[in-house]
Amino acid sequence: MSLLVFVGVFAIGSPIDVLVSPEADEAERERVSRTLGLDQPLWTQYGRFVVHAVQGDLGSSFVHNVPAIGLIFERLPATLELACVAMAMAVVLGIPLGLWAGLYPKSRSSKAIMAGSIVGFSLPTFWVGMMMIMLLSVQWGLLPSNGRGETVTVAGVPLSVLTVDGWRHLLIPALNLALFKLSLVIRLTRAGAREALLQDYVKFARAKGLRPSRVIGVHVLKNILIPIVTVVGMEFGSVVAFAVVTESVFSWPGIGKLLIESINLLDRPVVIAYLLIVVTMFVAINLLVDLVYSVLDPRVRLSESAT
Amino acid sequence: MSSLRLRQLWRSFGRSHLALVGAAIFSATLFVAVCAPLLAPQMPYDLAGLNLLDARLPPGSDWSGEPARTYLLGTDEQGRDMLSAIMYGLRISLLVGFSSALIALAIGSVLGLVAGYAGGRVDTVIMRLADIQLSFPAILIAMILLAISGQGVGKIIIALVAVQWAYYARTMRGAALVERKKEYVEAARLQGLSHGRIVLRHLLPNCIPPLLVVAALQVASAVALEATLSFLGLGLPITEPSLGLLIANGYQHMLSGRYWISVFPGMALMLLIVSINLVADQLRDILNPRLLEH
Repeated sequence: MSLLVFVGVFAIGSPIDVLVSPEADEAERERVSRTLGLDQPLWTQYGRFVVHAVQGDLGSSFVHNVPAIGLIFERLPATLELACVAMAMAVVLGIPLGLWAGLYPKSRSSKAIMAGSIVGFSLPTFWVGMMMIMLLSVQWGLLPSNGRGETVTVAGVPLSVLTVDGWRHLLIPALNLALFKLSLVIRLTRAGAREALLQDYVKFARAKGLRPSRVIGVHVLKNILIPIVTVVGMEFGSVVAFAVVTESVFSWPGIGKLLIESINLLDRPVVIAYLLIVVTMFVAINLLVDLVYSVLDPRVRLSESAT
Repeated sequence: MSSLRLRQLWRSFGRSHLALVGAAIFSATLFVAVCAPLLAPQMPYDLAGLNLLDARLPPGSDWSGEPARTYLLGTDEQGRDMLSAIMYGLRISLLVGFSSALIALAIGSVLGLVAGYAGGRVDTVIMRLADIQLSFPAILIAMILLAISGQGVGKIIIALVAVQWAYYARTMRGAALVERKKEYVEAARLQGLSHGRIVLRHLLPNCIPPLLVVAALQVASAVALEATLSFLGLGLPITEPSLGLLIANGYQHMLSGRYWISVFPGMALMLLIVSINLVADQLRDILNPRLLEH
């Protein structure tokens, strides 16, 4: 993976050309090249990279001249904050709406919810973001249009969810990012509810005389929650990746924006560091989702104990 | 598929008014895109035909050259007529969306059919590859591929194919696994037909319905992904603007009130994607086996 990107970024152009001003003479270029280690053959560069990477040093950014890992970790909390809030919004709004649409599929409101969800995942995120900025910030002047709010440092990590100003800046980007996943959650919940209602245990519970709210709130919900949880977990990685778009539109100082800038400036160490960290995060998330799934779904546990 | 089945499908499709609206909108955009060279008042790629004096005009302004025409939707910062640019942009978006979906369909279906039919090690290898591709978000893979390979229509199509093929492979493999157990396959094998013939002539036609749904959804998602990538500056070059690039260029003018440079391409893009998704959604509902049983 790292080898692919290493070779790839090198192939698209020598970073020297981008970093050194065109007026610099040959000696200056040589000096910069030697400092950054770019004069060595490609294999030597990769070898040195691997040796350093194992020790936790992913090289310094060509542009900012600080360790690449430091850059990424500095911006990571912003992105994670945006992603978590967006995911939370999607789940908190999506499950009730989807449940409603699943329970009363023929009603007008359900059809409206379903049509809305199709529009929700069809609209390109960046366009919705721009429209929101136009409406909420420019026309009505309700909320700020870009940047992150004031932060409060908790255990060394600056979080803006803990300040009111932080929330004012967070609301539109998170909503924008959440829209796609919200539609997904609504559709999932609805499909799950429709299938679950046809099952025998629901009829049995109703025949037993349980209150409808208990039947739905406890029994149906618990059973359809399992696929929702797994999908939410897997989609979280996608939310982090898609934050790139939202961060560009709203100038949110996260790793997505850093990545785009680095790609355009051919800042190879940062691109590689981003990829490695993001890939590790995905693997960890997928592993976690697998574990949670095996804990939640008793069928998995029972089949294992039966063998 | 027999004509009776087609008629049944068409009738159940027509039951949803939304889907019919979607199909109508989509046909209209398809028509506009295909006939763009004939319908567009101006060729937006012809740099010599652009007039910089006409840049950033609001909708309804007059053309400063000969013959007298009006810019129905205004112009962008380079003097391009927005209506023509949108038409050509739709053309490119549809071209990229359809071709990447078709190629991914071809590659993915072949791999999926082979995996489902052959089973064993071949199946495992192909499915592992598909799993690896599916566990990463599409936008990430596409971004990296485009960052390495640069801009251009062909490269975008390759990137989109790389992102999509696994969906087709998975679907076809599932369908192939189910169909493989049925009697007609055994009968064909007893008849001494070669594996290739069995797969192509017998398995494939029965695996088509789920494929249609996936294909429809993937075209919409390919168009959206291409627009997003163009917006980020990684997609198509400036000389052949897609809708995403038009929106990106118009973004900086939005706050100064010149909304038309971004809003109209955005609406066109939205109509395209929403209409495809409406059609795909209804297709999925009518072809869903679990709901069909009740």
